[in-house]
Amino acid sequence: MIKIRAQKQIKTSQGLERLDVDFEIKPQEFVTLFGESGAGKTTLLRMIAGLTSPEEGYIEVNGNVWFDSRREFSLPIQKRKVGFVFQEYSLFPNMTVCQNLRYALYDRGHEQAIDEWLKLMDLKGLENQKPDQLSGGQKQRVALARALVRSPQVLLLDEPLSALDLNLRLKLQDEIVKIHQKIKIPMILVSHDVSEVFKLSGRIFVIDKGKIIKSGIPAELFAHKISGKFKFTAEILEIKKDGIVNILTVKIGNHIAKVVATDEEVAYLKVGSKIVVATKAFNPMIFRL
Amino acid sequence: MPFDPGPLFLTLRLAFVTTGILCLIGVPLAYWMAFSKNRLKFVIEPLVSLPLVLPPTVLGFYILLAFSPKYFLGSFLESSLGIRVAFSFLGLVIGSVLFSLPFMVNPIKAGFQNFPVSLMEASYVLGKSKGETLRRVILPNIKPALSTGIVMAFAHTIGEFGVVLMVGGNIPGETRVASIAIFSEVEALNYDTAGFYSLILVVLSFLILFIFYCFHRKPIKIL
Repeated sequence: MIKIRAQKQIKTSQGLERLDVDFEIKPQEFVTLFGESGAGKTTLLRMIAGLTSPEEGYIEVNGNVWFDSRREFSLPIQKRKVGFVFQEYSLFPNMTVCQNLRYALYDRGHEQAIDEWLKLMDLKGLENQKPDQLSGGQKQRVALARALVRSPQVLLLDEPLSALDLNLRLKLQDEIVKIHQKIKIPMILVSHDVSEVFKLSGRIFVIDKGKIIKSGIPAELFAHKISGKFKFTAEILEIKKDGIVNILTVKIGNHIAKVVATDEEVAYLKVGSKIVVATKAFNPMIFRL
Repeated sequence: MPFDPGPLFLTLRLAFVTTGILCLIGVPLAYWMAFSKNRLKFVIEPLVSLPLVLPPTVLGFYILLAFSPKYFLGSFLESSLGIRVAFSFLGLVIGSVLFSLPFMVNPIKAGFQNFPVSLMEASYVLGKSKGETLRRVILPNIKPALSTGIVMAFAHTIGEFGVVLMVGGNIPGETRVASIAIFSEVEALNYDTAGFYSLILVVLSFLILFIFYCFHRKPIKIL
Protein backbone atom coordinates (compact mmCIF):
# COMPACT_ATOMS: atom_id res chain seq x y z
CA MET A 1 0.00 0.00 0.00
CA ILE A 2 1.34 3.41 -0.94
CA LYS A 3 -0.09 6.60 0.51
CA ILE A 4 0.79 9.91 -1.07
CA ARG A 5 -0.26 13.36 -0.03
CA ALA A 6 1.79 16.14 -1.56
CA GLN A 7 1.70 19.86 -2.15
CA LYS A 8 4.28 21.87 -3.99
CA GLN A 9 4.59 24.89 -6.24
CA ILE A 10 5.67 23.68 -9.68
CA LYS A 11 6.77 25.48 -12.80
CA THR A 12 4.81 24.59 -15.92
CA SER A 13 4.74 26.02 -19.41
CA GLN A 14 1.67 28.02 -18.40
CA GLY A 15 3.38 29.52 -15.38
CA LEU A 16 3.34 28.52 -11.74
CA GLU A 17 0.83 25.89 -10.64
CA ARG A 18 0.21 24.27 -7.30
CA LEU A 19 0.64 20.51 -7.24
CA ASP A 20 -1.90 19.21 -4.76
CA VAL A 21 -2.69 15.50 -4.68
CA ASP A 22 -3.84 12.90 -2.21
CA PHE A 23 -4.20 9.29 -3.29
CA GLU A 24 -3.48 5.70 -2.42
CA ILE A 25 -2.16 2.80 -4.44
CA LYS A 26 -3.04 -0.76 -3.51
CA PRO A 27 -0.42 -3.48 -3.26
CA GLN A 28 0.32 -5.02 -6.65
CA GLU A 29 -1.65 -2.32 -8.45
CA PHE A 30 -0.53 -0.85 -11.77
CA VAL A 31 -1.53 2.78 -11.91
CA THR A 32 -0.91 5.41 -14.52
CA LEU A 33 -0.53 9.13 -14.05
CA PHE A 34 -2.05 10.46 -17.24
CA GLY A 35 -2.08 14.00 -18.51
CA GLU A 36 -0.50 16.76 -20.53
CA SER A 37 3.21 17.36 -20.14
CA GLY A 38 3.93 19.82 -17.36
CA ALA A 39 0.92 18.68 -15.33
CA GLY A 40 3.15 17.49 -12.49
CA LYS A 41 3.24 13.74 -13.21
CA THR A 42 7.01 13.41 -13.29
CA THR A 43 7.32 15.63 -10.21
CA LEU A 44 5.13 13.15 -8.34
CA LEU A 45 7.34 10.21 -9.34
CA ARG A 46 10.40 12.18 -8.28
CA MET A 47 8.81 12.87 -4.90
CA ILE A 48 8.23 9.16 -4.31
CA ALA A 49 11.84 8.41 -5.27
CA GLY A 50 13.12 11.23 -3.07
CA LEU A 51 14.65 13.27 -5.90
CA THR A 52 12.32 16.16 -5.02
CA SER A 53 10.54 16.92 -1.78
CA PRO A 54 6.97 18.15 -1.40
CA GLU A 55 6.63 21.45 0.46
CA GLU A 56 3.99 19.75 2.51
CA GLY A 57 2.90 16.17 2.51
CA TYR A 58 3.20 12.59 3.57
CA ILE A 59 4.49 9.53 1.70
CA GLU A 60 4.19 6.04 3.07
CA VAL A 61 5.18 2.81 1.35
CA ASN A 62 4.25 -0.59 2.78
CA GLY A 63 3.80 0.87 6.23
CA ASN A 64 7.15 2.71 6.24
CA VAL A 65 7.11 6.48 6.28
CA TRP A 66 9.32 7.91 3.53
CA PHE A 67 8.36 11.53 3.90
CA ASP A 68 6.50 13.51 6.52
CA SER A 69 6.64 17.27 6.41
CA ARG A 70 5.02 17.60 9.84
CA ARG A 71 7.91 15.76 11.45
CA GLU A 72 10.38 17.28 8.99
CA PHE A 73 11.38 13.77 8.05
CA SER A 74 12.60 12.65 4.66
CA LEU A 75 14.11 9.22 4.10
CA PRO A 76 17.28 9.68 1.98
CA ILE A 77 16.93 8.68 -1.71
CA GLN A 78 19.50 5.94 -1.20
CA LYS A 79 17.38 4.21 1.45
CA ARG A 80 14.12 4.20 -0.50
CA LYS A 81 13.73 0.89 -2.26
CA VAL A 82 12.46 2.13 -5.59
CA GLY A 83 13.13 1.10 -9.14
CA PHE A 84 13.13 4.14 -11.40
CA VAL A 85 13.09 3.85 -15.18
CA PHE A 86 13.89 7.16 -16.83
CA GLN A 87 12.70 8.33 -20.21
CA GLU A 88 16.27 8.76 -21.45
CA TYR A 89 17.39 5.30 -20.16
CA SER A 90 20.20 6.81 -18.02
CA LEU A 91 22.51 3.83 -18.34
CA PHE A 92 26.06 4.46 -17.18
CA PRO A 93 28.14 4.76 -20.38
CA ASN A 94 31.36 3.59 -18.71
CA MET A 95 29.85 0.27 -17.65
CA THR A 96 28.81 -2.80 -19.62
CA VAL A 97 25.27 -4.16 -19.43
CA CYS A 98 26.33 -6.59 -16.74
CA GLN A 99 28.20 -3.93 -14.75
CA ASN A 100 25.19 -1.61 -14.94
CA LEU A 101 23.10 -4.34 -13.32
CA ARG A 102 25.76 -5.23 -10.77
CA TYR A 103 26.03 -1.55 -9.76
CA ALA A 104 22.35 -1.67 -8.80
CA LEU A 105 22.68 -4.65 -6.45
CA TYR A 106 22.48 -4.03 -2.72
CA ASP A 107 25.17 -6.56 -2.00
CA ARG A 108 27.26 -8.96 -3.94
CA GLY A 109 25.32 -11.96 -2.62
CA HIS A 110 22.60 -11.62 -5.20
CA GLU A 111 24.67 -12.20 -8.32
CA GLN A 112 22.21 -14.81 -9.58
CA ALA A 113 19.55 -12.08 -9.77
CA ILE A 114 21.58 -10.46 -12.55
CA ASP A 115 21.53 -13.63 -14.59
CA GLU A 116 17.85 -14.11 -13.97
CA TRP A 117 16.93 -10.64 -15.20
CA LEU A 118 19.28 -10.81 -18.17
CA LYS A 119 17.45 -13.95 -19.23
CA LEU A 120 14.01 -12.57 -18.50
CA MET A 121 14.63 -9.35 -20.43
CA ASP A 122 16.12 -11.21 -23.37
CA LEU A 123 19.53 -9.63 -22.87
CA LYS A 124 21.64 -12.79 -22.88
CA GLY A 125 24.65 -12.38 -25.12
CA LEU A 126 24.73 -8.59 -24.58
CA GLU A 127 26.27 -8.72 -21.08
CA ASN A 128 29.59 -7.28 -22.17
CA GLN A 129 28.28 -4.58 -24.50
CA LYS A 130 28.52 -0.93 -23.53
CA PRO A 131 25.26 1.08 -23.70
CA ASP A 132 26.30 2.98 -26.83
CA GLN A 133 26.47 -0.32 -28.72
CA LEU A 134 22.82 -1.10 -27.96
CA SER A 135 19.63 -0.18 -29.79
CA GLY A 136 16.96 1.95 -28.11
CA GLY A 137 14.82 -1.06 -27.25
CA GLN A 138 17.77 -2.95 -25.79
CA LYS A 139 18.79 0.08 -23.74
CA GLN A 140 15.35 0.38 -22.22
CA ARG A 141 15.30 -3.35 -21.43
CA VAL A 142 18.63 -2.95 -19.62
CA ALA A 143 17.20 0.04 -17.75
CA LEU A 144 14.19 -2.04 -16.70
CA ALA A 145 16.40 -4.94 -15.62
CA ARG A 146 18.64 -2.56 -13.67
CA ALA A 147 15.66 -1.08 -11.84
CA LEU A 148 14.27 -4.51 -11.00
CA VAL A 149 17.44 -6.40 -10.08
CA ARG A 150 17.47 -4.76 -6.66
CA SER A 151 13.93 -6.05 -5.85
CA PRO A 152 12.33 -2.64 -5.32
CA GLN A 153 9.15 -2.10 -3.30
CA VAL A 154 7.70 0.03 -6.06
CA LEU A 155 8.58 0.52 -9.74
CA LEU A 156 8.37 4.03 -11.16
CA LEU A 157 8.22 4.35 -14.94
CA ASP A 158 8.66 7.86 -16.33
CA GLU A 159 7.47 7.69 -19.95
CA PRO A 160 9.85 4.78 -20.47
CA LEU A 161 8.74 3.92 -23.99
CA SER A 162 8.17 7.33 -25.53
CA ALA A 163 11.51 7.37 -27.37
CA LEU A 164 10.87 4.04 -29.09
CA ASP A 165 9.12 3.32 -32.36
CA LEU A 166 5.65 1.78 -32.39
CA ASN A 167 6.59 -1.90 -32.83
CA LEU A 168 9.17 -1.84 -30.08
CA ARG A 169 6.80 0.04 -27.85
CA LEU A 170 4.13 -2.62 -28.26
CA LYS A 171 6.63 -5.36 -27.53
CA LEU A 172 7.96 -3.70 -24.40
CA GLN A 173 4.43 -3.01 -23.20
CA ASP A 174 3.83 -6.76 -23.33
CA GLU A 175 7.01 -7.35 -21.38
CA ILE A 176 6.03 -4.83 -18.71
CA VAL A 177 2.67 -6.60 -18.32
CA LYS A 178 4.53 -9.89 -18.00
CA ILE A 179 6.90 -8.48 -15.38
CA HIS A 180 4.04 -7.03 -13.39
CA GLN A 181 2.30 -10.39 -13.30
CA LYS A 182 5.53 -12.05 -12.18
CA ILE A 183 6.84 -9.77 -9.45
CA LYS A 184 3.58 -8.30 -8.19
CA ILE A 185 4.78 -4.97 -6.84
CA PRO A 186 2.97 -1.67 -7.29
CA MET A 187 4.01 0.10 -10.46
CA ILE A 188 3.41 3.73 -11.32
CA LEU A 189 3.61 4.76 -14.96
CA VAL A 190 3.71 8.28 -16.33
CA SER A 191 2.40 8.38 -19.87
CA HIS A 192 0.27 10.35 -22.26
CA ASP A 193 -0.21 7.58 -24.81
CA VAL A 194 -3.85 6.46 -24.55
CA SER A 195 -3.32 2.99 -26.01
CA GLU A 196 -0.36 2.34 -23.71
CA VAL A 197 -2.28 3.50 -20.68
CA PHE A 198 -5.26 1.38 -21.66
CA LYS A 199 -3.14 -1.70 -22.13
CA LEU A 200 -1.05 -1.49 -18.97
CA SER A 201 -2.94 0.15 -16.18
CA GLY A 202 -5.42 -1.16 -13.67
CA ARG A 203 -6.28 2.36 -12.58
CA ILE A 204 -5.65 5.79 -14.01
CA PHE A 205 -5.26 9.17 -12.36
CA VAL A 206 -5.81 11.99 -14.79
CA ILE A 207 -3.72 14.94 -13.71
CA ASP A 208 -4.21 18.45 -14.95
CA LYS A 209 -2.38 21.53 -13.67
CA GLY A 210 -1.19 19.72 -10.57
CA LYS A 211 -4.57 18.29 -9.53
CA ILE A 212 -6.13 14.86 -9.99
CA ILE A 213 -9.23 15.69 -11.98
CA LYS A 214 -10.43 12.15 -12.63
CA SER A 215 -9.57 8.61 -11.66
CA GLY A 216 -10.88 5.17 -12.51
CA ILE A 217 -10.32 2.05 -14.54
CA PRO A 218 -9.35 2.63 -18.20
CA ALA A 219 -12.61 1.36 -19.71
CA GLU A 220 -14.65 3.81 -17.62
CA LEU A 221 -12.34 6.72 -18.04
CA PHE A 222 -11.97 6.55 -21.76
CA ALA A 223 -15.59 5.42 -22.32
CA HIS A 224 -16.56 8.65 -24.04
CA LYS A 225 -13.75 8.12 -26.47
CA ILE A 226 -14.90 4.62 -27.38
CA SER A 227 -17.40 4.42 -30.20
CA GLY A 228 -18.79 1.78 -32.53
CA LYS A 229 -16.65 3.12 -35.31
CA PHE A 230 -13.19 2.36 -36.61
CA LYS A 231 -11.53 5.66 -37.27
CA PHE A 232 -7.99 5.99 -38.50
CA THR A 233 -5.87 8.83 -39.72
CA ALA A 234 -4.17 7.92 -42.97
CA GLU A 235 -1.89 9.38 -45.59
CA ILE A 236 -2.65 9.01 -49.29
CA LEU A 237 0.11 7.26 -51.22
CA GLU A 238 -1.62 6.90 -54.60
CA ILE A 239 -4.88 7.87 -56.32
CA LYS A 240 -5.94 5.70 -59.26
CA LYS A 241 -9.08 5.90 -61.37
CA ASP A 242 -10.65 2.52 -61.95
CA GLY A 243 -13.84 2.58 -64.03
CA ILE A 244 -16.43 4.70 -62.27
CA VAL A 245 -14.65 4.76 -58.89
CA ASN A 246 -11.24 5.82 -57.60
CA ILE A 247 -8.92 3.59 -55.62
CA LEU A 248 -6.90 5.30 -52.92
CA THR A 249 -3.82 3.56 -51.57
CA VAL A 250 -3.37 4.82 -48.02
CA LYS A 251 -0.93 4.32 -45.19
CA ILE A 252 -2.46 3.76 -41.74
CA GLY A 253 0.26 3.48 -39.14
CA ASN A 254 2.60 0.90 -40.62
CA HIS A 255 -0.07 -0.73 -42.75
CA ILE A 256 -1.02 -0.03 -46.34
CA ALA A 257 -4.65 -0.41 -47.39
CA LYS A 258 -6.81 0.34 -50.41
CA VAL A 259 -10.09 2.20 -50.12
CA VAL A 260 -12.66 3.33 -52.63
CA ALA A 261 -13.48 7.01 -53.17
CA THR A 262 -15.96 8.87 -55.41
CA ASP A 263 -14.94 11.55 -57.90
CA GLU A 264 -16.34 14.28 -55.60
CA GLU A 265 -14.24 13.04 -52.71
CA VAL A 266 -11.11 12.78 -54.83
CA ALA A 267 -11.52 16.33 -56.13
CA TYR A 268 -10.22 17.67 -52.80
CA LEU A 269 -7.43 15.13 -52.36
CA LYS A 270 -3.94 14.63 -53.65
CA VAL A 271 -1.06 12.30 -52.92
CA GLY A 272 0.30 13.11 -49.45
CA SER A 273 -3.01 14.45 -48.10
CA LYS A 274 -3.86 13.44 -44.54
CA ILE A 275 -7.35 11.97 -44.27
CA VAL A 276 -9.56 10.20 -41.77
CA VAL A 277 -10.89 6.82 -42.85
CA ALA A 278 -13.90 5.72 -40.82
CA THR A 279 -16.17 2.73 -40.96
CA LYS A 280 -18.90 1.27 -38.76
CA ALA A 281 -17.51 -1.51 -36.64
CA PHE A 282 -20.70 -3.37 -35.80
CA ASN A 283 -19.72 -6.48 -37.67
CA PRO A 284 -15.94 -6.84 -37.78
CA MET A 285 -14.17 -10.09 -38.57
CA ILE A 286 -11.82 -11.00 -35.75
CA PHE A 287 -8.86 -13.35 -36.14
CA ARG A 288 -6.62 -14.47 -33.36
CA LEU A 289 -2.91 -14.05 -34.08
CA MET B 1 79.10 25.57 -24.79
CA PRO B 2 78.53 25.17 -21.04
CA PHE B 3 75.28 23.27 -20.62
CA ASP B 4 73.77 22.33 -17.30
CA PRO B 5 70.70 20.02 -17.55
CA GLY B 6 69.78 20.92 -13.94
CA PRO B 7 67.22 23.65 -14.77
CA LEU B 8 65.37 21.29 -17.15
CA PHE B 9 65.08 18.60 -14.49
CA LEU B 10 64.01 21.19 -11.95
CA THR B 11 61.30 22.37 -14.36
CA LEU B 12 60.03 18.80 -14.79
CA ARG B 13 60.15 18.17 -11.05
CA LEU B 14 58.20 21.35 -10.40
CA ALA B 15 55.64 20.41 -13.08
CA PHE B 16 55.11 16.92 -11.65
CA VAL B 17 54.84 18.08 -8.03
CA THR B 18 52.51 20.95 -8.95
CA THR B 19 50.28 18.73 -11.10
CA GLY B 20 50.15 16.10 -8.35
CA ILE B 21 49.05 18.62 -5.74
CA LEU B 22 46.56 20.16 -8.17
CA CYS B 23 45.00 16.73 -8.80
CA LEU B 24 44.39 16.36 -5.09
CA ILE B 25 42.83 19.79 -4.57
CA GLY B 26 41.50 20.47 -8.10
CA VAL B 27 38.91 17.68 -8.28
CA PRO B 28 37.20 18.40 -4.92
CA LEU B 29 37.34 22.15 -5.57
CA ALA B 30 35.85 21.75 -9.07
CA TYR B 31 33.12 19.45 -7.68
CA TRP B 32 32.26 21.99 -5.00
CA MET B 33 32.21 24.85 -7.49
CA ALA B 34 30.04 22.90 -9.94
CA PHE B 35 27.41 21.63 -7.51
CA SER B 36 27.46 23.70 -4.32
CA LYS B 37 24.75 26.26 -3.70
CA ASN B 38 26.90 28.02 -1.11
CA ARG B 39 27.12 31.78 -1.68
CA LEU B 40 30.83 31.68 -0.95
CA LYS B 41 31.15 30.16 -4.43
CA PHE B 42 30.64 33.56 -6.03
CA VAL B 43 33.79 34.80 -4.32
CA ILE B 44 35.88 31.64 -4.76
CA GLU B 45 35.14 31.27 -8.49
CA PRO B 46 36.67 34.60 -9.54
CA LEU B 47 39.52 34.12 -7.09
CA VAL B 48 40.44 30.79 -8.70
CA SER B 49 40.37 32.35 -12.16
CA LEU B 50 42.26 35.49 -11.12
CA PRO B 51 45.68 34.15 -12.27
CA LEU B 52 44.28 34.02 -15.82
CA VAL B 53 44.04 37.78 -15.99
CA LEU B 54 46.57 39.08 -13.45
CA PRO B 55 50.19 39.66 -14.43
CA PRO B 56 52.16 36.78 -12.85
CA THR B 57 54.33 39.35 -11.12
CA VAL B 58 51.37 40.55 -9.04
CA LEU B 59 50.72 37.06 -7.70
CA GLY B 60 54.44 36.56 -7.16
CA PHE B 61 54.68 39.85 -5.32
CA TYR B 62 51.93 38.94 -2.88
CA ILE B 63 53.30 35.47 -2.26
CA LEU B 64 56.68 36.97 -1.58
CA LEU B 65 55.13 39.47 0.76
CA ALA B 66 53.03 36.87 2.57
CA PHE B 67 55.95 34.54 3.16
CA SER B 68 58.58 37.16 3.80
CA PRO B 69 60.35 36.56 7.14
CA LYS B 70 59.56 40.17 7.96
CA TYR B 71 55.84 39.43 8.25
CA PHE B 72 53.80 37.19 10.47
CA LEU B 73 53.25 34.10 8.29
CA GLY B 74 56.80 33.96 6.96
CA SER B 75 58.42 34.56 10.33
CA PHE B 76 56.10 32.09 12.04
CA LEU B 77 56.92 29.33 9.52
CA GLU B 78 60.62 30.03 9.73
CA SER B 79 60.96 30.40 13.49
CA SER B 80 58.63 27.63 14.63
CA LEU B 81 58.83 25.07 11.82
CA GLY B 82 62.08 26.04 10.17
CA ILE B 83 60.37 26.27 6.79
CA ARG B 84 61.47 28.95 4.40
CA VAL B 85 59.12 29.62 1.51
CA ALA B 86 60.56 32.67 -0.21
CA PHE B 87 63.42 31.85 -2.59
CA SER B 88 63.02 28.09 -2.13
CA PHE B 89 61.60 25.18 -4.13
CA LEU B 90 58.62 25.10 -1.76
CA GLY B 91 57.89 28.70 -2.69
CA LEU B 92 57.97 27.75 -6.38
CA VAL B 93 55.50 24.95 -5.74
CA ILE B 94 53.10 27.22 -3.84
CA GLY B 95 53.32 29.85 -6.57
CA SER B 96 52.83 27.32 -9.36
CA VAL B 97 49.88 25.63 -7.67
CA LEU B 98 48.09 28.95 -7.29
CA PHE B 99 49.04 30.11 -10.75
CA SER B 100 48.02 26.87 -12.54
CA LEU B 101 44.89 26.33 -10.44
CA PRO B 102 42.43 27.69 -13.03
CA PHE B 103 43.99 25.54 -15.76
CA MET B 104 43.22 22.45 -13.68
CA VAL B 105 39.93 23.47 -12.07
CA ASN B 106 38.06 25.14 -14.93
CA PRO B 107 38.00 22.21 -17.41
CA ILE B 108 37.08 19.76 -14.65
CA LYS B 109 34.37 22.08 -13.39
CA ALA B 110 32.98 22.30 -16.93
CA GLY B 111 33.08 18.49 -17.10
CA PHE B 112 31.04 18.26 -13.89
CA GLN B 113 28.57 20.91 -15.04
CA ASN B 114 28.00 19.23 -18.41
CA PHE B 115 27.54 15.83 -16.84
CA PRO B 116 23.89 14.75 -17.20
CA VAL B 117 22.06 15.21 -13.90
CA SER B 118 19.86 12.26 -14.81
CA LEU B 119 22.82 9.87 -14.55
CA MET B 120 23.65 11.16 -11.09
CA GLU B 121 20.02 10.79 -10.07
CA ALA B 122 19.95 7.27 -11.51
CA SER B 123 22.90 6.42 -9.30
CA TYR B 124 21.31 7.91 -6.15
CA VAL B 125 18.09 6.02 -6.85
CA LEU B 126 20.16 2.85 -7.07
CA GLY B 127 21.19 3.48 -3.48
CA LYS B 128 24.62 4.95 -4.06
CA SER B 129 26.04 7.83 -2.05
CA LYS B 130 27.40 11.05 -3.54
CA GLY B 131 30.98 9.87 -3.00
CA GLU B 132 30.43 6.54 -4.67
CA THR B 133 28.56 8.22 -7.54
CA LEU B 134 31.49 10.60 -8.03
CA ARG B 135 34.04 7.79 -8.01
CA ARG B 136 32.24 5.14 -10.05
CA VAL B 137 29.97 7.14 -12.36
CA ILE B 138 31.03 10.77 -12.78
CA LEU B 139 34.84 10.63 -12.84
CA PRO B 140 35.10 7.68 -15.28
CA ASN B 141 32.75 9.52 -17.65
CA ILE B 142 34.53 12.87 -17.61
CA LYS B 143 38.00 11.52 -18.37
CA PRO B 144 38.48 13.99 -21.26
CA ALA B 145 37.88 16.92 -18.89
CA LEU B 146 40.21 15.39 -16.30
CA SER B 147 43.01 14.83 -18.79
CA THR B 148 42.55 18.34 -20.20
CA GLY B 149 42.97 19.77 -16.71
CA ILE B 150 46.01 17.64 -15.94
CA VAL B 151 47.80 18.30 -19.23
CA MET B 152 47.05 22.02 -19.20
CA ALA B 153 48.23 22.41 -15.61
CA PHE B 154 51.41 20.44 -16.38
CA ALA B 155 52.20 22.29 -19.59
CA HIS B 156 51.41 25.62 -18.04
CA THR B 157 53.76 24.97 -15.13
CA ILE B 158 56.55 24.21 -17.57
CA GLY B 159 55.95 27.56 -19.23
CA GLU B 160 55.84 29.63 -16.06
CA PHE B 161 58.18 32.54 -15.68
CA GLY B 162 56.87 35.56 -13.82
CA VAL B 163 55.71 33.95 -10.59
CA VAL B 164 58.73 31.71 -10.46
CA LEU B 165 61.13 34.59 -10.90
CA MET B 166 59.41 36.70 -8.25
CA VAL B 167 59.07 33.96 -5.65
CA GLY B 168 62.10 31.82 -6.36
CA GLY B 169 64.70 34.07 -7.83
CA ASN B 170 67.54 32.39 -9.64
CA ILE B 171 69.29 29.96 -7.31
CA PRO B 172 70.95 27.11 -9.24
CA GLY B 173 69.66 23.69 -8.21
CA GLU B 174 66.97 25.21 -5.98
CA THR B 175 64.84 27.63 -7.95
CA ARG B 176 66.59 28.04 -11.28
CA VAL B 177 64.06 26.43 -13.64
CA ALA B 178 64.52 26.31 -17.42
CA SER B 179 62.55 29.45 -18.23
CA ILE B 180 64.69 31.44 -15.80
CA ALA B 181 67.88 29.82 -17.01
CA ILE B 182 67.04 31.04 -20.53
CA PHE B 183 66.49 34.56 -19.27
CA SER B 184 69.75 34.71 -17.34
CA GLU B 185 71.76 33.10 -20.16
CA VAL B 186 70.46 35.78 -22.53
CA GLU B 187 71.40 38.44 -20.01
CA ALA B 188 74.90 36.95 -19.88
CA LEU B 189 74.92 36.95 -23.71
CA ASN B 190 75.20 33.14 -23.84
CA TYR B 191 72.82 32.86 -26.78
CA ASP B 192 73.83 29.28 -27.63
CA THR B 193 72.90 27.92 -24.21
CA ALA B 194 69.70 29.97 -24.12
CA GLY B 195 68.84 28.66 -27.59
CA PHE B 196 69.43 25.10 -26.49
CA TYR B 197 67.19 25.38 -23.44
CA SER B 198 64.55 27.06 -25.56
CA LEU B 199 64.63 24.37 -28.22
CA ILE B 200 64.21 21.64 -25.62
CA LEU B 201 61.24 23.47 -24.06
CA VAL B 202 59.61 23.92 -27.48
CA VAL B 203 60.04 20.24 -28.34
CA LEU B 204 58.88 19.08 -24.92
CA SER B 205 55.79 21.31 -24.88
CA PHE B 206 54.95 20.38 -28.46
CA LEU B 207 55.20 16.67 -27.69
CA ILE B 208 52.96 16.96 -24.62
CA LEU B 209 50.28 18.80 -26.57
CA PHE B 210 50.70 16.57 -29.64
CA ILE B 211 50.15 13.40 -27.64
CA PHE B 212 47.25 15.02 -25.82
CA TYR B 213 45.47 16.01 -29.03
CA CYS B 214 46.09 12.56 -30.53
CA PHE B 215 44.11 11.04 -27.69
CA HIS B 216 41.38 13.62 -28.03
CA ARG B 217 40.55 13.03 -31.68
CA LYS B 218 37.34 11.22 -30.80
CA PRO B 219 34.36 13.42 -29.98
CA ILE B 220 33.41 13.24 -26.34
CA LYS B 221 30.38 11.05 -25.81
CA ILE B 222 28.37 11.17 -22.65
CA LEU B 223 25.11 9.47 -23.56
